[in-house]
Amino acid sequence: MKVLDYSEIEGRSGSYIGWLALLGVFLALGGAAALTMEHYGHAITGMNNQVVWGMPHVFAVFLIVAASGALNVASIASVFGKSFYKPLAPLSGLLAIALLVGGLAVLVLDLGRPDRLIVAMTYYNFKSIFAWNIILYTGFIAVVYVYLWMMMERRFNAHTKKAGVAAFSWRLILTTGTGSIFGFLVARSAYDTALMAPMFIIMSLAFGTAIYLVTIIAAYRWTGRELGFSVIARLRSLLGTFVAAVLLIVAIYHLTNLYITQKHDVERFILADGGVYTALFWVGQVFIGGVLPLWLCWHKRWQSSVTATVVASLFVVLGGLAQMYVIIIGGQVLPLEMFPGFDVTSGFSDGQVARYTPSVYELFLGLGGVAIAGLVVSVGVKILRFLPVSLADSAVDPHVKSAAGKQ
Amino acid sequence: MSEHQEQEMEGGLSRRQFVSAGAAVAVGAVLAPGVFLHSVAQARSPAEGASNYQRWGLLIDTNKCRTGCDDCVSACKKENGWGNEQVRDEQKVQWIRKVDLKEHHTGREVSLPMMCQHCAEPPCVDVCPTGASFKRADGIVLVDKHICIGCRYCMMACPYKARSFVHEDVIHGDAYMPRGKGTVESCTLCVHRVDKGQNPACVESCKEKAMTFGDLNDPKSEIAQRVSQYATRQIRADLKLNPGVRYEGI
Repeated sequence: MKVLDYSEIEGRSGSYIGWLALLGVFLALGGAAALTMEHYGHAITGMNNQVVWGMPHVFAVFLIVAASGALNVASIASVFGKSFYKPLAPLSGLLAIALLVGGLAVLVLDLGRPDRLIVAMTYYNFKSIFAWNIILYTGFIAVVYVYLWMMMERRFNAHTKKAGVAAFSWRLILTTGTGSIFGFLVARSAYDTALMAPMFIIMSLAFGTAIYLVTIIAAYRWTGRELGFSVIARLRSLLGTFVAAVLLIVAIYHLTNLYITQKHDVERFILADGGVYTALFWVGQVFIGGVLPLWLCWHKRWQSSVTATVVASLFVVLGGLAQMYVIIIGGQVLPLEMFPGFDVTSGFSDGQVARYTPSVYELFLGLGGVAIAGLVVSVGVKILRFLPVSLADSAVDPHVKSAAGKQ
Repeated sequence: MSEHQEQEMEGGLSRRQFVSAGAAVAVGAVLAPGVFLHSVAQARSPAEGASNYQRWGLLIDTNKCRTGCDDCVSACKKENGWGNEQVRDEQKVQWIRKVDLKEHHTGREVSLPMMCQHCAEPPCVDVCPTGASFKRADGIVLVDKHICIGCRYCMMACPYKARSFVHEDVIHGDAYMPRGKGTVESCTLCVHRVDKGQNPACVESCKEKAMTFGDLNDPKSEIAQRVSQYATRQIRADLKLNPGVRYEGI
C-alpha cells in the first residue's frame, strides 16, 4: 500500500475562522451557563429532588459514550489489522479525546460543587462505579494520547498495535463502566440490569461512527481535499450495522421487561402512555435514530449519495440524544415502587410521575460540551497532521486500480 | 475428705457448694470488670467514636400515626434548620415527609413518616465516589458535607427518595448541622441528640407515641423487644438492605 502523506489544514480561510467563532460563541454560552448555575445554585435549572440528573447528563453521557465509539475506526485498523482504515485512525483518536473532554467538562460543571474537583481526585471509594469512572475517563485520555503518539511518530509505529489493543480494551471497559452507572442502580426499575453495559457499548459504536462520518466528510469538503466514496461507503455500511445492533439490543431490553410483571409499569410508561417520553422513544430513538438511518444506509436509492449518509449520521446523533433522554430522564420520573399494592400520595410527589422541564442553562451547558469537542478537533487538525492529504479511492484502497483494470 | 469432715461443714456449706461458690466468685472477679467496662462503653462520652455495640433504629407504629398530622416533620425542620427554601416545591429539601397509603383492594388507609431508613447495607454509601456518604459504626447513615461534590449519585441509588440536594444558598445552620448549597443531605437520626443520650426530635414531637427510638442490638430495649415480638416491616425488604427503620401496621 502507498505511503500516505498527512498534513495540517491551512486554517486561514474566513470560513475556518467563522467556524471557530461559532464554536466560541457556544463555548462562551456554556461557560456563562455554568457560572450562573454555580452562583445561583441548581435552583435555576429544571432539575429537582426527583429528577436529579437532567439535560447536562444527557449531553455528557452521550459525548462520553460517543467518545469511546469514535475510537472504533482506529481500532479496526490497529487491532483488527484492516489496513484500509489506517489513514482514518489519527482523526479517530483525536475525535475520541475531544468528545471525552467535552463530555467530562459538562459532567464536572454540573456538579453541585465543581470547585471540589480536587476532592473527587483525592478521595476514592472504590466500591463506587463513579469513582472507577473518574479513573477510566482520565486514563482513556492518556491511553489514547499514547496511542496517537505511536501512530503518528514514525519511529514508534511498530508499537501502534500494542497501544491500539490497550486503547481498545480500555474503551470497552470505559463504556462498560458508563453503562454500569445505570446498571448498578438497584432502586430504580428502569435500570438495574446488566444489559446496560453491552447496550452502552453498542450505542457507542453507532454514535461514534456517525460523528466520525460527519466530521471526516465536513473536514474534507471544507478543506477541498479529496475524499473517495469507498471511505464513506465502508463507514456507512458499518454505521448501518451498528444502528441495527442498537435496535436489536433495545428490543431485547424491552421484551425482557415485558416478560417480567414487576417491570410492566416501566414498560407501559416508556412504550405507551409516558407522553413526551413515549414520543421520544418511538419518534426520536426508534424512527429518527434507527429506522430512517437504516433506510438511508442500506436502501439502494441512497447508495451513491453522500448527503444521505450525512443525514443518516445526523439522525443517529439526534436519535442517540433522544435515547439518552429516555434512559436518563425517563428512568427517573417514574415513581419509586416502595409500597406495592397501595396507592401512594404525599407532599413530595410519591406515587406520581415527576416533572422535568430542561432550562436554557442546562441546554447551553450541554451544547458548550459539544463546542469544546468541536474546538479540540478543529484546532487539533490545524496544529498536527491528523488528516491524510488525500483520501481518494486510489490512495486508500489497493483494490481500486486492479478492479478498474479488470473491467 | 472423711465423712466426719463433711459433716463438720454441714453447718455452713457442703464441699460441692463451696467449690461452686468459689468458682462463681472467681469467674465473677475475672468477668465483672469486663461487664462493667462494657456498660460504660455503651454509655460512651461524646469524645469517643460511635461503636457497633449499638445499632440505632426507629420503630414506627402506623396504627397510631394520624393522617394529616405532621408534627414529626415540623419538629425535624425546627431542629435541623431546613424547610425555609425559596425554591420550587419539587426542589425543596425533604429530610422527612408524610406519606399516605390506600390499599388497592380493601381501601384501608395508612399514614406514615418516611425518611432515611439508615440501612445496614446502604446503596448511597456504595455508590458515593468520594466516600462522603458514610455509615457510622452504630448504623447511622450520614453525609460528610466537606467532601460531598454534589454529584447526586446517592440520590439516584436511594430506594426511598430520602435524600435531598440543596438547590440554593442556605444559612449555614448550627455547628452540629452544617448545610451548604450544592451538597446532598438527609435525616441524620438527630445524631447530635443521640450522642447526648436524647431521642431524635421527631420521636419527641409525636404526641401519639407512634415512634420508638432505641438500640436494636440491646435485647432489653423497648424497640428490640417489640421488633422481636410483633410483626414489623422493612420497606423494600426485597433489596435486603436491612434498614434501621421498621414499620408496624402496614
